[in-house]
Amino acid sequence: MRPLGQALRYLLPYWASALGAFISMTLVAVANLTYPQLIRRAIDDGIMKGDLGATFAVAAGLLGVAIVRGGFSFTQGYLSEKTSQGAAYDMRNAIYGKLQTLSFSFHDQAQTGQLMTRVTSDVEMVRQFTGQGFLQLLSAILMFFGAATILLLMNWRLALVTLMTLPLIFASFIIFISRAHPLFMGVQARLGELNTILQENLAGIRVVKAFVREPYEADRYARANDELLLQNIRVARVFSTSFPLMFFIASLGTVAVLWYGGSQVVAGELSLGELVAFNTYLGLLMFPAFILGMVSAGIARAGASATRIFEVVDAESEVNDRPGAVPLPEVKGRVTFEDVSFRYVGAERNVLERASFVVEPGQTVAIVGTTGAGKSTIINLIPRFYDVTAGRVTVDGRDVRDVTVGSLRRQIGIVLQDTILFSGTIRENIAYGVPDASLDDVVRVAKLAHAHDFILEQPEGYNTRIGEGGVGLSGGQMQRIAIARALLLEPPILILDDSTSSVDAETEYQIQQSLSSLIEDRTTFVIAQRISTVRNADLILVLDQSRIVARGTHEQLLETNALYGEIVASQLHDDVPVPGEAVEMEE
Amino acid sequence: MFHGHLQATASTTEGKARDSAAVARRLFSYARPFWHRMLVVLGLTLVIAATSAAGPYLIGVAIDQYIANGQIDGLSLLMVALIGVYVAALVARVLQTYIMGWLSQMTLARIRFSIFRSLQGQSLRFFDRNEVGDLMSRLVNDVEAINVVLSQGLIQALSGFFALLGMVVAMLALNFELALASFIVLPAMFFATSFLSGLARRAFRRTRETIGDVSANLQEDIAGVKVAQAFNRTDVNRARFAQRNAANRDANVGATAVTSALFPAMDVLSTISIGIIAGFGGYLAIHGQATVGVVVAFLAYVQQFYNPIQQLGLLYAQSQSALAAAERTFNLIDTPVDLNDAPDAVPLDQIEGQVEFKDVQFAYSPSHMVLDGVSFVVKPGQTIALVGATGTGKTTIANLIARFYDVAAGQVLVDGADLRTVTVASLRRQMGIVPQNSFLFAGTIAENIRYGRLDAPDQEIEAAAKLVNAHGFIIALPQGYSTVLGEKGGTLSQGQRQLIAFARAILADPRILILDEATSSVDTRTEALIQQALAVLLKGRTSFVIAHRLSTIRNADHILLIEDGQIAEQGTHRELIAHGGLYADLYRRQFRDLPSDGSPDGQTIDSGFGR
Repeated sequence: MRPLGQALRYLLPYWASALGAFISMTLVAVANLTYPQLIRRAIDDGIMKGDLGATFAVAAGLLGVAIVRGGFSFTQGYLSEKTSQGAAYDMRNAIYGKLQTLSFSFHDQAQTGQLMTRVTSDVEMVRQFTGQGFLQLLSAILMFFGAATILLLMNWRLALVTLMTLPLIFASFIIFISRAHPLFMGVQARLGELNTILQENLAGIRVVKAFVREPYEADRYARANDELLLQNIRVARVFSTSFPLMFFIASLGTVAVLWYGGSQVVAGELSLGELVAFNTYLGLLMFPAFILGMVSAGIARAGASATRIFEVVDAESEVNDRPGAVPLPEVKGRVTFEDVSFRYVGAERNVLERASFVVEPGQTVAIVGTTGAGKSTIINLIPRFYDVTAGRVTVDGRDVRDVTVGSLRRQIGIVLQDTILFSGTIRENIAYGVPDASLDDVVRVAKLAHAHDFILEQPEGYNTRIGEGGVGLSGGQMQRIAIARALLLEPPILILDDSTSSVDAETEYQIQQSLSSLIEDRTTFVIAQRISTVRNADLILVLDQSRIVARGTHEQLLETNALYGEIVASQLHDDVPVPGEAVEMEE
Repeated sequence: MFHGHLQATASTTEGKARDSAAVARRLFSYARPFWHRMLVVLGLTLVIAATSAAGPYLIGVAIDQYIANGQIDGLSLLMVALIGVYVAALVARVLQTYIMGWLSQMTLARIRFSIFRSLQGQSLRFFDRNEVGDLMSRLVNDVEAINVVLSQGLIQALSGFFALLGMVVAMLALNFELALASFIVLPAMFFATSFLSGLARRAFRRTRETIGDVSANLQEDIAGVKVAQAFNRTDVNRARFAQRNAANRDANVGATAVTSALFPAMDVLSTISIGIIAGFGGYLAIHGQATVGVVVAFLAYVQQFYNPIQQLGLLYAQSQSALAAAERTFNLIDTPVDLNDAPDAVPLDQIEGQVEFKDVQFAYSPSHMVLDGVSFVVKPGQTIALVGATGTGKTTIANLIARFYDVAAGQVLVDGADLRTVTVASLRRQMGIVPQNSFLFAGTIAENIRYGRLDAPDQEIEAAAKLVNAHGFIIALPQGYSTVLGEKGGTLSQGQRQLIAFARAILADPRILILDEATSSVDTRTEALIQQALAVLLKGRTSFVIAHRLSTIRNADHILLIEDGQIAEQGTHRELIAHGGLYADLYRRQFRDLPSDGSPDGQTIDSGFGR
C-alpha cells in the first residue's frame, strides 16, 4: 500500500481545498450528529408530552440544520472534486513528463497500449480514491468515533454492546482489501494487454489483412478479452461479499440495541426517546460501516493502480543530467569515440565492441556494414539516446555525459531511420524542432530536402494537414519532410540514419547535391546502403559483427578491405562473387 | 426565423430522445443472452427492497407493541425475525452484487469484441481517415463510460427504485394521512433531479470530449517519443499535454459543481418532509390518531427517502454520458465497410499468377488522381519491377493487387478473374506481402515469422529465416528464436526487422509475392545473397518488386517505369537501356560518379530476382 501513500502526497499542493472539503465533511458529520438529538427532543418533549409548539420548534431546527448540512455537503463535493482533479492533473503530468524523458532503453521495451492504460485508466482509479474515497474514509472514521463517544456518554452499557460489532467490521475491511488488491492489479494488467492487442491491430492492420489473419487476431483479442472478463468476475466475487457483509455486521448492532435496550426500557433504566435516539446514532455508526465497505473496493483498486503509476514515475532513466552537468557551449563538431562498447539493458552481448575513431569538425563520416552490425548504435550514442557501457563519447573534447542532455541534442540534427511525423500541418512538422520558425526558413529547408515541389502539389501546400484526417504521403515523401525537419535546426552536427532509403535514386542524388554545400562546415554522419551516397565521405567506417573492421576513404577501402569490396561489387556487378554461397549461373 | 429555429431545436431533441431509446435497446440487446440471470437479479433486488422496508417496520412494531408495553418475551421472537431479515438481505446482496458484476462484465466483453470485429473488417481507406490514437481513445473511454453505468449505476438505481416503492407502500399501509403528507415534497424532488441532471448531461459531454483529446494525443506522443527527444521537444510536448489535461480537469470540476448541488437539494427537501412528519405526526399522535411507533418508523423511512432519488438522478446523468458513448460506439460498429466480398463472390482456386491491370484509375482523395489509366499484363512466374520517383503510385499498384483498395475505374484481374468477383480472403491467402514499414507484433521472433503460416513447424520457420539471411543474427541472440520483440521491434535494427518481415512472407508460400521496399534498410551484400536464394524459390511464382536501388531492379523480367500515375516506359532492363529514355537516364545517373569497373549497361543479367 506504499504507492497509495505516495499518491496521497499529490494532495499536498491542494491542501487548502482538501482542508475545505474535510472541514465541510466534518460539519456535515456534526450536523448529522445533532439530527437524532433533535428528533429525540421532538419525541420526548413534543409528541410524548403533547406539546405541539415544542414539536414545531424542533421541526424548524431540523430544517435549519438541513440547510447548513446541504450547503456544506455542496462545498464538500465541489472542493473534493477540485482537489482530486488537481492531484490527478499533476499525476498525469508527472507520468507523461516521465515518459517523455525516459531513455530509448525504456521505450524499446515498452508497449504503447500498456503505457496509455497507465496514464488514463490507472490515474482515474487513483483519482476516484483520492477524491471521494480518502475523504470519505476520514469522515467515516470521524463519524465512527463521534457516534461511539455519544453512545458511550448516553448509555455506556448499551454502547459497549453495540460497539462489539466494531472489530468485526474492521477485520472484514482489512481482509477484503488484502484479497482485492492483487486482483485489481490483475485487472489493470489485463486491461493493458487487451489495449496492446487492440493497438497492434490498428497500427498493423495492413499486415493482418495481408496475411488474412483476421480470424487469428480476433481469437487473440477474444482470449485477452476473456482473461479480463474472468479477472473482473473474480473481483466481483470478492466484491460481492465485502459491502453486504459489513452492512450486515452493522445491522446486528441494531438488533443488539433493541434487544438489550428494549429490556432496559422495560426495566425503567432507559426512556423510550433515548432508545430511539440511540438507535438513530446507531444508524450513524452503520453509515461509516457502509462507507468502509464501499471505499474498501476503491482502496484496493487505487492501490493497484498507484503501484502501476509509480512503476513509471519512479523508473530510473539511465540517461540523466549528471549533478554538475554544464550546458554544452556552441560546438565546433569534433566527435570522438574512445574504446566504446555498448550493450542493451538485459542483453548478454555487446552490439558495439571497442569502437574508436576521431572525426574532425566539418568532416563527413559514412558508416557502412552488414545488417545489424551496429551502425545505428554508433549514431544513437552521439546524442546520448543511450549511455555507453564502456569507454566514452566526446563532443569537442567533452564527455557527452558531462554536459546537459538538452544542450547536447540542440546542436545535433538527426534524421532517424524510422520516419515518424505527427498529425498537424506539413509546416508544423518541419518546424517541429523550431516551433517559431518563419515560413521562409521552412520553405528554404524544404527546398534543400527536395520536398518543396511535392508539398506545393498538396491541396493546401504547407498548410496541408497530414496524419489524422489529412492526406497520406508516400514513404519517400515522409523521409524528405524528416530531412527538412532536421536541417531547420542548423545543427553543427548532422546525422542521417538511412534517411533516403525510400527515396528514389534520382531524388536522392539531387538531395545530396543540395546538401553538399550545407554539410561542408558541419560534422555529418551518414548511414546508407548505397555506395553512391557514401563514396565521397572523408571517412568511411566499415562495421561487421559489432566491430569497426576497416576505415578509410572509398579508394583506400576498395584496395584494402574485402567486405567493402563486396558491398561495392554487390551494387555494381551482376555476378556477385559471394563467398560460400556459390550459385550456379545460368546462360 | 427565431420561431423556426426553436422548432428545429425541439424536433432534434425529440429525435435525440428517440435515438437514446434505440441506443438503450441496442445496449440492452448485448445482455439479452443472459436474460434469465437478469430475472434473478430483479428478483434479488425485490428481496432487498422488501428487507429494507421490513427492517424499520419490525423496529416500529418492537417499540410499539413490546418495548412500550413491557413485553420482553415477544421482543426476543421479533428480534430473531429481524436477524432473519438481515440475513436474507445479506444473502440477497451478495448474490445480487456477484451476478450483476458477472452480467455487466459479460456484456462489456461482448461489446468490446464486436467493436474489435467491426474495426477489423474496415478497409484500409477507413484507417487512412481515422488515426489509431483517436480510435483507441474512443474505444477505451467509451467502453469505460458504459461500464460505469452498467456495473454500478444501474443496480444502485434499480434497488433505489424498489426501495422507494417498498417504503411508499409500507408508509401508506402504516398511516395513510401521514404518508400523503410526507409525500408532498416528492414532486419537488423529482423536479430538482431532472433539472440538475439536464445540466449534468451537458457537463458530462464536455468531460468526454476533453478526455478524448487527452488520450488521442497521448497515443501519438508515446509512439513518437524518440523524435521528441531527438528534437528537444519534450518541454513543448509537456506544456501541450498539460493544457489538454487542464481542460479535462476543469470540465470535470464543472460537472461536479452540478452533481454536488443535487445532494443538498435532496437533503433540504427530505428534511422538510421530516419536519412535516414531526409536526403533523406529533399532532396525530397527541390526538391519538397515530402511535408514537408509527411516527418513529416514518421518521426512519423519510431519512432513507432521498438516497434512492439521488441515485436515480445520478444514474440519469451518468446514463446520458453512457448513452452518448454507446451511440458513438454503435456508429463505429455500424460504419459501412466500403470494401466487401460481393454477394456472389467465389473463392479463388489455386492461381497460376497472371496479373492484369486494365485501364486502372485510382485516387485516395477525389482531388488527386494517383493512377490514371494504368494497363499491363504479367505472365505467371514473371518478376516485375516497379520503378519511379517517390509518390508516383508504386505502392498504390501493390495495394490494388492485394485489393486493399478498390479501383475507381478499370479492372484488376488475377488469372483472368476480376478481384471484385472473388473472396478477399482466398485472394490474399495466395499472396505474400512485405510492406514498406516492417510492422512486427509483440511476441517472439518465431511467433512473428510463423504469422505467415500458423501451422508451420519450427524447421520451416528456420528455413525461411535462413533464406532471407536472418538465421545468423537470430541464433546469435541469447534467446534465439524465442527472443521477445517489443511492439517497436525491441533492440533489433531496422534492417533485421525487415528480414523478419521478409521471412514471414516467404513462409506463407505465396503464389504472388509483393516486395515493397522490402530490403531498403538491408545492406546490399545481404540483399544480393537473398536475391540468389530467392531465385530458386521464386521459380514459377509471380513477384512484384518495388525498390530504388537499380541493382535490385535490373534483373527483373519486366520493368514498369511509373510517372505521374501512368506507365511511362516498360520492358526489360536491356530493352530500356537500349531505348535510351527515362530509365536509361536514371540508371546512368545512379552510377554517374562511380568508377566504371562493372558493366553498367547490363551485359550479364543472370543472377537475382526471378531466376
